[in-house]
Amino acid sequence: MILQVQNVSKRFGGLRALENISFEVREGEIFGVIGPNGAGKTTLFNVINGVYPPQEGQIFFRGQNITGLPPYRIARAGIARTHQIMRPLGELTVRENVTVGACFGRESLSLGAAATVADEVLTFVGLGGKAGVLASKLNAAEKKRLELARALAARPSLLLLDEVLAGLNPNEVADMLAAIRSIRDNGVTIVMIEHLMHAVMQLSDRVFVLDHGAQVSEGTPQVISVHPKVVEAYLGDPKLAQRLLEGLE
Amino acid sequence: MSALRTPFFWGLLVLLGGVGLLPILNGSDSMREDIFLVLMLVILASSINIIMGYTGYVSFGHIVFFGLGGYVAFYLMLNHQVHFVPAAVVGGIVSSLIAFLLGIPVLRLRGAYFALATIGINEVVRSFVTNFDPFGGATGMFFNYEVYNGYGGSKNALWYAYYAILVVALLCAVSSLLIKKSRFGLGLLAIREDQDAAQVLGIDPARSKVLVYTISAFFPGLAGAIFFFKNGIIEPGPAFDLLRSIEALVMVMLGGYGTVAGPIVGAAVYEQLRAFLITNSTFSSFHLFVAGFLLLLIVLFVTAGLVGWLRQRAPRLRRYLE
Ligand SMILES: Nc1ncnc2c1ncn2[C@@H]1O[C@H](COP(=O)(O)OP(=O)(O)O)[C@@H](O)[C@H]1O
Ligand SMILES: [Mg+2]
Repeated sequence: MILQVQNVSKRFGGLRALENISFEVREGEIFGVIGPNGAGKTTLFNVINGVYPPQEGQIFFRGQNITGLPPYRIARAGIARTHQIMRPLGELTVRENVTVGACFGRESLSLGAAATVADEVLTFVGLGGKAGVLASKLNAAEKKRLELARALAARPSLLLLDEVLAGLNPNEVADMLAAIRSIRDNGVTIVMIEHLMHAVMQLSDRVFVLDHGAQVSEGTPQVISVHPKVVEAYLGDPKLAQRLLEGLE
Repeated sequence: MSALRTPFFWGLLVLLGGVGLLPILNGSDSMREDIFLVLMLVILASSINIIMGYTGYVSFGHIVFFGLGGYVAFYLMLNHQVHFVPAAVVGGIVSSLIAFLLGIPVLRLRGAYFALATIGINEVVRSFVTNFDPFGGATGMFFNYEVYNGYGGSKNALWYAYYAILVVALLCAVSSLLIKKSRFGLGLLAIREDQDAAQVLGIDPARSKVLVYTISAFFPGLAGAIFFFKNGIIEPGPAFDLLRSIEALVMVMLGGYGTVAGPIVGAAVYEQLRAFLITNSTFSSFHLFVAGFLLLLIVLFVTAGLVGWLRQRAPRLRRYLE
C-alpha cells in the first residue's frame, strides 16, 4: 500500500468537509476520486498533502505516518500534487517554475540537475516551446500543463491530480489522458480527482466516490458505475451509467 | 557558483570596483566623500532588496541593523580599544543575530503586518538605545581624536573607512547575485510569488525567510560600523533614522525590485538627484517631497524600476543584466 487514509475527518467550523474517510491506494494504480462539487475532494488532497491537518484520523505514506506533517515535508517524502485552481509562480519563467519542483521535490536536486529535469518534463507535457515565457503569460490550458510539469519534476512516487482535465478541449483531453497513462507506466502511482466521467472510468483501476464529505462507495469502474447510490447521488441518469459501461469496451 | 562565470558578474565587479577606485587614483577628498555615500546607499538598498525583492517581505525598518552595527562597533572601539575592522565584523554579526532572533516570530506575519512590525522594531530599538547608559543614552557616544591615532591620524582613518565601505559594497553586491542565482534564491523567489504553493513544492518558508533576513542584516551592520567610525560620533536619531530606510526603499524601487543591478543603479541615480535638488535653491528643502513623488510614479507606472523595465523591454539583455 502506498497510501492509507484511516478514519479521516476534517471540519471547517460547522461544515463537515470530510467525515470518517478511509481507503487505501495500491502501488502503481490509478485511483479515481469522483463526487459532485463541494463533496470534499480537494479538501481530501489538502489533508493528504499537509495543507490542513485532519481533526481525526491518520494518513500513512508507504507505512510512515505523515498525519500533520507540513506540506514541504510531505513533498520531499515523494507526494506531489497539482492545484485545481492553478497557482503558477507568475513572475518566474515556465522553466524556473518547473525547476523549483525538481530542486525541492523528492530528489532535492542541485540547480543544474534540476534545470535538466525541468527541460525534459516540459518537453513531455508539450510546453518545451514556452520554457522562457513568464508563467503569468500562459493561457489556462497551458497553466494546467505547467501544474502537471511542476509536480512531475519532483519525481514523486505518488501524484495527486486535481481536475487536470477541466477546461481542456477534446484534443487536449486526449493528450492529457495519454500523458497520465504514460506517467503511471513509468511507475508513479496516481490519485486523480476528475469530473469527466468517461475519463475516470477509462483510466482508473479503482474509483472512490465522495458526497457531502461522506464516503459513498469504492470499487472498480464497472462496479461503481452501476452502484445504485452512485447512480442516484452522482450520475443521476441510470442510462448514463449504461452508456459509460459500454464505453469501457 | 556558475554565476561567477557570467559576463554580468565581471561587469558588476569592474563597474562598481572601477567607480570605487576613482577617488583612490586621484586622491580627491570630496570625491571620496561623495562615493563613500553612494557605496553606503548601495549596501543599504541591496540588503533591503535581498529580503524585499527576492522574498517579497518589505523590510521598512531595515535601518535598525545599520544603527545596531554602528552602536556595537562604536562601543567596542571606544571602550575596549578594538580595531575598527574586527569591531565592524562583530557589529555585522550582532545585527545578523538579532535579525535571526526577531525573524523567527516576525516573519510569520505576512504582507503589511511584517512591514509594520519592522518599523516597530526600529522604534523599540531606538527607544531602548536612547535609555541605555552603556551606549551613552540620548546623547550617544563620541571619539576623542586619540582613537584615530591608531590609524595614523583622522585623515588616514577616513581613507581606511573608504576602503572598508568599498569592500563591503562589493561583497554585498556579489552576495546578492550569488543568492539570486542559487537554489536557495530560487526558493526565495518562489516564496515571493506564492508562499503556499512554494511550500507544496517542498520549500520550508520559515527556514528560508529567517536565513535570508539574517543575511540581509549583516551588510547594513557593517556599513553602520564603518559610517559611525568615520563620523566619530553616534546618536540614536541618525543611527535609527526611519527616513533613511524609506529613502533606501525608494532606491530599490527606482532601480528595480528583485534585480541585482537595480538597487545599485537606484542608489546612484537617487543620490545624484538628491545632491542636485539640495544644491538647487528652489528645491533645497524639497527633496523628500521629490522622493515621495518619485516613489508614487514608480509604483503607479514603472513597477519594475529602471533595470526591470530594461529587462522587460529587451529580453535579450537578460543574460547580461541580472
Ligand atoms: N479553507 C476552507 N474554509 C472553509 N470551507 C472550506 C475550505 N475549503 C473547502 N471548504 C468547503 O468544504 C467543502 C468541500 O470543498 P472542496 O473540497 O473544495 O470540494 P470539491 O473539491 O469536492 O468540489 C465545500 O463546502 C467548501 O466550501
Ligand atoms: Mg475541488
